[in-house]
Amino acid sequence: MSANDTFAPTLGRRELSQDGESSLRLNVAQASYAYSPSAQSAPTFTLSATSFQAREREIVAILGPNASGKSTLLRLISGMIAPLSGRVELDGVETSRLDVRTRAQKIAVVHQESPSVYPARAGDFVLQGRYPYGRALRFAKQEDIEVARNALARVGAEHLANRMMDELSGGEKQRIILARALAQQPRLVLLDEPTLHLDIGAQVELLERLRQLAHENRYTVVVVTHELGLAAEFADQVVLLQHGRCLRVGSPATVYQKELLEQVFEAPLDVELGPAGRPRVNLRARRSEEIT
Amino acid sequence: MRPLTVRRLLWTCGGLAALLLACVVLALKLGAVPISVTDLVLDLGRIAIGRASELPTDYRLIVFDLRLPRILLGILVGAALSVAGAGFQALLRNPLADPYVLGVSSGAALGSILALIIAPEFALVTPLGAFLGAIATIAAVYFLGRRGGQLDSTTLLLGGIISASFFSAIIMFLMTTLSGRDLRGMVFWLMGDLSTPVPAGLQWIFTVGLLAGIGAIYSTSADLNLLLTGEREAIHLGVDVTRVKLVVYVSASLLTALAVSASGAIGYVGLLVPHAVRLFFGSDYRLLIPASALCGAIAIVLADTLARTVVSPTELPVGAMTAMAGAPVFIYLLRRGLK
Repeated sequence: MSANDTFAPTLGRRELSQDGESSLRLNVAQASYAYSPSAQSAPTFTLSATSFQAREREIVAILGPNASGKSTLLRLISGMIAPLSGRVELDGVETSRLDVRTRAQKIAVVHQESPSVYPARAGDFVLQGRYPYGRALRFAKQEDIEVARNALARVGAEHLANRMMDELSGGEKQRIILARALAQQPRLVLLDEPTLHLDIGAQVELLERLRQLAHENRYTVVVVTHELGLAAEFADQVVLLQHGRCLRVGSPATVYQKELLEQVFEAPLDVELGPAGRPRVNLRARRSEEIT
Repeated sequence: MRPLTVRRLLWTCGGLAALLLACVVLALKLGAVPISVTDLVLDLGRIAIGRASELPTDYRLIVFDLRLPRILLGILVGAALSVAGAGFQALLRNPLADPYVLGVSSGAALGSILALIIAPEFALVTPLGAFLGAIATIAAVYFLGRRGGQLDSTTLLLGGIISASFFSAIIMFLMTTLSGRDLRGMVFWLMGDLSTPVPAGLQWIFTVGLLAGIGAIYSTSADLNLLLTGEREAIHLGVDVTRVKLVVYVSASLLTALAVSASGAIGYVGLLVPHAVRLFFGSDYRLLIPASALCGAIAIVLADTLARTVVSPTELPVGAMTAMAGAPVFIYLLRRGLK
């Protein structure tokens, strides 16, 4: 069975777009949220109304410094929490209204690290992605094994299948975690700071892989990151957040403006336009007399 | 890729069941009155085809009325404690969790003693009190173990150990102040002891309760595999985490309560057995639960046989044997975990 055969049923299920124009998949419309320690007290953190849309094959980067509301927005999109106002829809259905099983068939979430109490073999770990499709004790069917094998192949990690998760390097582990997300055969892939523990080579590799996967499998990808450079290079759309407010939504070229980024990230930097119309960000170290 | 198959599951469990059977024969043979293995196997065959009346009476009394019920109780208790241990380990995401270490066994013991004091006329009162004691203890230890919204491994274990010694002290107090009770019997029971048979009317309730508890935990084993990689991950993969945790919490407490009300607080089985099973068969809960049940049964049958024979004709409580083996392993695991 070839890679394409295994993924074909999922592709067939999705309506083919006309003239290469891809259909709207994710719709975040004026979604807001507030955290409160208890029902009576005032909220300690608010994410004010945020809107953006994403089509299939698109990569959206949610960008912002710490405590800007990135993770809250990701939780809203994943359906873990329901928005206080507004809507978050995947293919026209509110994500927080989906039951937990259906949601796992449509949305895959990749976190920074998945430390297990008892490490599993990488192959078994990827098979966990088939959980939302199974019943009761979920002994792996031939189809599940094929899908898991394919997912491993797609992240270039077939040779790791029998290794234990705790023996793998950061980059290898990240690939296995991504493979588990692919085994869910989702429509939307969400990643929370996926490059945090990776060296620069592995970061670029991961994002290139994501772009390729999004294109081949028609995933919509949403990445939370504070890596300005990587987001500029790989994202089709950037959602810029600060202090729980959505400042800009748009292509990297429109969002990346020197004054805006300097103010949001509180660091002096230069923005120049690269060859493919993508901006480049260079951090500028303050000279010693500027600091004092 | 070598995922767990039904075939491998059945072969492993079949092998362990055969091993358990061998241990049962050994346990029937050994004791103050020695009996040859050949006779024993022939007699077991006779019983199986319903001709038990052909056996000599005194012999039948020792082997099948004294030793066999005790062995069967040991099998049930060992399986229950091991599965409860494996369940608590997944629920609390802590490899050192065990009904005894967490204080659940002592809570169950206190519950059953209090119940016995309040309403001694009802037969069901001991297991019921033990269940309430177990469920209250694990809830208390869980909240003691939380720090800043997170379950802290060390605090959790400390909470369990402190609860256990607190409950033991109260039990001691109750035992000493209440006159007319068999003190030596109580001490044995506190240590964990299989010499007192379960009252005839309660045997069915015990068996059914234990099997239901083990079955309920087993039904969540695919979910527990995911829960061990993290609660958040489990939810994203489609696990109904609240339901799974509730099932495991209630079932593991029930298993502990029944085991304790039948045999007292036998320690460390729920820690040792799942740990050993993981070393040999891996940590997939779909295999771990049945393998732990069988190995737990083997462990208790062997430990009780030792307890009956090492200082023969006197007997040791079986809990003393398991603690002698378990405490060093606990310390080893703790040191390794702190590294």
